[in-house]
Amino acid sequence: MSRYYTDEHEWVDVEGETATVGITDYAQEQLGDIVFVETPETGAELAQGDDAAVVESVKAASDVYAAVSGTVVEVNDALEDEPALVNSSAEEDGWFFRVTLSDKSELDDLMDEKAYKAFVDGL
Amino acid sequence: MSDDKTKTLKKLPLDSWHRSLGARMVPFAGYEMPVQFEGVMAEHLWTRENAGLFDVSHMGQVQLDGEGAADALEAIVPGNISALGAGKIRYTLLLAKDGGILDDLMVTNTGRNLYLVVNGATKHDDIAYFNAQLPSDVALSHMEDSALLALQGPKAAEALAKLNISPMQPDWPVPTDLYFMEAGPFMWGDIPLGISRSGYTGEDGFEISVPAEHAEKLAVALCALEEVKAIGLGARDSLRLEAGLPLYGHDMDADVLPVEANLNFALSKARREEGNFAGAEQVLAQYPDKADKKRVGLFVNGRQPIREGASVVDADGNSIGAVTSGGFSPTLQKPIAMAYVPTVLAETGTEITVEQRGKAISCTVADMPFVPHNYHRKPKL
Repeated sequence: MSRYYTDEHEWVDVEGETATVGITDYAQEQLGDIVFVETPETGAELAQGDDAAVVESVKAASDVYAAVSGTVVEVNDALEDEPALVNSSAEEDGWFFRVTLSDKSELDDLMDEKAYKAFVDGL
Repeated sequence: MSDDKTKTLKKLPLDSWHRSLGARMVPFAGYEMPVQFEGVMAEHLWTRENAGLFDVSHMGQVQLDGEGAADALEAIVPGNISALGAGKIRYTLLLAKDGGILDDLMVTNTGRNLYLVVNGATKHDDIAYFNAQLPSDVALSHMEDSALLALQGPKAAEALAKLNISPMQPDWPVPTDLYFMEAGPFMWGDIPLGISRSGYTGEDGFEISVPAEHAEKLAVALCALEEVKAIGLGARDSLRLEAGLPLYGHDMDADVLPVEANLNFALSKARREEGNFAGAEQVLAQYPDKADKKRVGLFVNGRQPIREGASVVDADGNSIGAVTSGGFSPTLQKPIAMAYVPTVLAETGTEITVEQRGKAISCTVADMPFVPHNYHRKPKL
């Protein structure tokens, strides 16, 4: 399994044709206490860069863009009852949704962990 | 994250102290302000249970000196300022000629003069308006060398009592003798403090005007107490929303009249009868309940917060109002909001629909405050 990152602070775990998407620990830290996550509908066709989800903190709503294009095959239902999972486990249990990738070449433009870390350190 | 505008933003007197506590700074009202220290939720709940210290030095502190000050101010506010006793505070509204709300403010009769606290984002416009309106025998001074700290929460009095603050005269009351909406001059060692029992969180508490060069010493002394933590702007916003208190520039502005803003209590009876304040004709034409729209509280039926800018819609999806503040209530653990709705829909319990990002969200008109006020009011005899 390979993990990729975007400059919008999302992570993408790729296993075969399936990608799991969430926001990074850095992102949850910046957003603060997360009180609601609006996930996409299963079956939704996302194009890279589309609005895919909304993450709401006490104070503000932030869009989460589709890091990769694909069809949503599963969403993390646990976030409905426990949105704070995104704070406590952003890069594991707090995942947002899974897609079947429609264009694996998009992954070439994403960052690896080292590049993302350097990106965050530069902010 | 980096913002070129930060170069032109002003710094608060406590700027370096906030940063030393790990504050995240954001631009607000022309200043770099601490939005949070350890997190909005934790800071909010701390203030509801203990005491929070807020730096509100961005707000404008203004003194009006001169015998005609109260009468002159009454020309542009609907509060009964001339009847305000020494040491008493009144919440009032700065009105334009057409009755639109230019700001909301606190006016204290210090006994020597009037002391006003106005919003940070509007203070320069307010001062220009005052200067244009006030007669030449009323002198305005902008206290730009004073910081303003708010100590808010059920343990605020307990904490402040530990600081050995003495009244300006030995036989005057100490700060904790003040009731809600009372104020006085005090000394902390050789530092003069203006202290009022007021705030904008719905909790008991104090607002302390202190010379800027001594602000850090006071903040450090307060935060050394076990009851007190520094609290950011984020929690200040969620606290005032729970308290049902409108935020100028969001829940009201120059396009809104006082009755629409659900601020009838700020239109004092004597002043309504006199009808001689700016915009009185337009304002009183709506009094008490003849406005077409009204600011109300909303509970959201569900867990997704609704935010400022979302539309209130009718059954056909036409916009009939707008959400002006919205967030998640840490105390109630559910989303709450303020919105303008047609007055016919303003009754508590009315179901309304809000549209946000293309999604219809069901809401219910709610009584405000959402969380009961906990003011230290003078007992009624």
